Amino acid sequence: MGEVLIAAVLTIITAATPLVYASIGEMISEKAGVLNLGVEGMMLMGAVCGFAAVNATDSSAIGIIVGMLAGSGLSLIFAVLVLGFQATQVATGLALTIFGIGISSLIGQDLVGIAYDGLPKLPIPGLSAIPVAGKLLFNHDILVYGSFVLILVVSWFLRSTRSGLILRAVGDSHDAAHAIGYHVIRIRYMAILFGGAMSGLAGAYLSLSYSPLWIENMSAGRGWIALALVVFATWRPWRVFTGAYLFGGITILQLHAQALGIGVPAQVMSMLPYVATIIVLVLISQDHNKIKLNAPACIGKPFHPTS
Amino acid sequence: MRKTTRLHNVIKGVTGVLVASTIMFSVSTASAEDAKVGFVYVGPVGDHGWTYRHDLGRQAVEKETGAETTFVESVEEGADAERVIRKLASSGHNIIFTTSFGYMNPTLKVAKQFPNVKFEHATGYKQADNMATYSARFYEGRAVIGTIAGMMSKTGVVGYIASFPIPEVVRGINAFALAMQKVNPDAVVKVVWVNSWYDPGKEGDAAKALIDQGADMITQHTDSPAPLQVAEQRGVQGFGQASDMSAFAPTAQLTAIIDDWDPYYVSRVKAVMDGTWTSGDVWEGIDTGMVGFAPYGDAVPADVRAAADAVKQGIVDGSLHPFTGPITNQAGEQVIGEGETLDDGVLLSMDWYVQGVQGELGQ
Repeated sequence: MGEVLIAAVLTIITAATPLVYASIGEMISEKAGVLNLGVEGMMLMGAVCGFAAVNATDSSAIGIIVGMLAGSGLSLIFAVLVLGFQATQVATGLALTIFGIGISSLIGQDLVGIAYDGLPKLPIPGLSAIPVAGKLLFNHDILVYGSFVLILVVSWFLRSTRSGLILRAVGDSHDAAHAIGYHVIRIRYMAILFGGAMSGLAGAYLSLSYSPLWIENMSAGRGWIALALVVFATWRPWRVFTGAYLFGGITILQLHAQALGIGVPAQVMSMLPYVATIIVLVLISQDHNKIKLNAPACIGKPFHPTS
Repeated sequence: MRKTTRLHNVIKGVTGVLVASTIMFSVSTASAEDAKVGFVYVGPVGDHGWTYRHDLGRQAVEKETGAETTFVESVEEGADAERVIRKLASSGHNIIFTTSFGYMNPTLKVAKQFPNVKFEHATGYKQADNMATYSARFYEGRAVIGTIAGMMSKTGVVGYIASFPIPEVVRGINAFALAMQKVNPDAVVKVVWVNSWYDPGKEGDAAKALIDQGADMITQHTDSPAPLQVAEQRGVQGFGQASDMSAFAPTAQLTAIIDDWDPYYVSRVKAVMDGTWTSGDVWEGIDTGMVGFAPYGDAVPADVRAAADAVKQGIVDGSLHPFTGPITNQAGEQVIGEGETLDDGVLLSMDWYVQGVQGELGQ
């Protein structure tokens, strides 16, 4: 049973990792006041380009970098439209998703049916030998470690750095930030590109590690889940992280419960991850003042530097 | 004349305009003697499974009849499907194939509004004067792979990744379990429902969960090759679904059930062209080739191949029916006795598990 539990937790980590990347990236973008609904499309771009790069070069490092660049490349289109041309963020983001789904299928046409072994596991010498904990924490591929580092860095960045404060200021009141001399547009560009890169990484994780293959539309809605996590976690990094693991965890545990033959109808089981994640996140985020404090006040609003 | 319109339809509503405009494009190019054929797919054509095989059928139609075809992929089952089907019907298509169970009611609704257009719905049970149904007896294929699983599984525990609890899927699970038990009476089939036809990540996770719980063989009724890929990584064996998936699991795939819609689609489109199309209900199996198989994997020994071939042969010549009694349901009640077989009516509405299947079947 212990073995099964460890195996289940390992699967939970792999299920949560793409959600961590995509939702943390989106959170940064939203903290700067930009709502980018194109997460699903950027993930697919990252997935297909990362997979294509690995297929062409045999280097997983290049695959990961290309996946990241592909995600931010797509987000650059979004950034130019909403920041440069003041297009509506919601509609542009939706269009970005549709565009991403289409273009990734086109790029990936010749990649369907090609198999890949997946990113190599990188056990950390010494630490990975610790019983149980070594297996759970120190025997993963580079992208899982990366997601741990990401959450630490991002929460530190938002809480304790001057740049983090500026980013939040831009998202809370772009006019005020502009008045005291910050480059609102430039900061938003960077936030969008960072969000795109993280979505790209999430996608690269899907096609290089989670299920190492390319098939059309393989993200299967994870981008939308990442978007929802950000809101339900009220734009707080550790809650976003918790939400991703909660969702991934319950998804995997209900699969295990089914495999064990527990007598609960499968439909109820499938519903659980969604219901439980929403309930838990809503319960821990009940304080309205705190939500107001954390929610970027300028989200979705276009910024005119001249006015 | 050949023309293909490729559409992505994922976000409801937003893409509606796109769908309409793209299909309208192909109208002007159709001439009187040509048939225009529409296809509605539940997944992307690149899923390497269910939708991929239907699309090969569409390509066969283009090649052999010269008809113009249109397809719309990744169409959600439900309200969105009705909109897509109506667009196809109102834009000059003579025959429309809707290729998933969940399109049944939308297809019927649109069929009533367009009496001059022929509709063909896959795997459903509602017909009309201008709406035929067709399906393959996949359970025959399940009986063959169940035999292989029974002979080759060491733990006697097989993991079954299932999509939605509809008769089609339940029937496959039961046929598989019965065939397995014939060889190994203690065999257990563990079923995990992922509530999706297509979610590579989740399908793979379900395979991992099943393997972690002691299954040494994996089979699936979902559309992506991800579960088989997990089987390959974990060193267990499995079966491809809908198409040959050996590229993803060169050692793990023992064989695959292959859906071959090509001859049926070609014959139905030809019937529309010469005006001989009539409504009906087709349910074909191994005998006509609608249910086919991938070559056996290297891991399958000669005696298992012989046994599997014998099951195929028995089904083709009618001496073997996969649902032959005695059959006992999950609760331990005998459904039919020795020598009796379940008729098609029972098979088409199957909503109960046979003994040896583990899991709860929601209603």
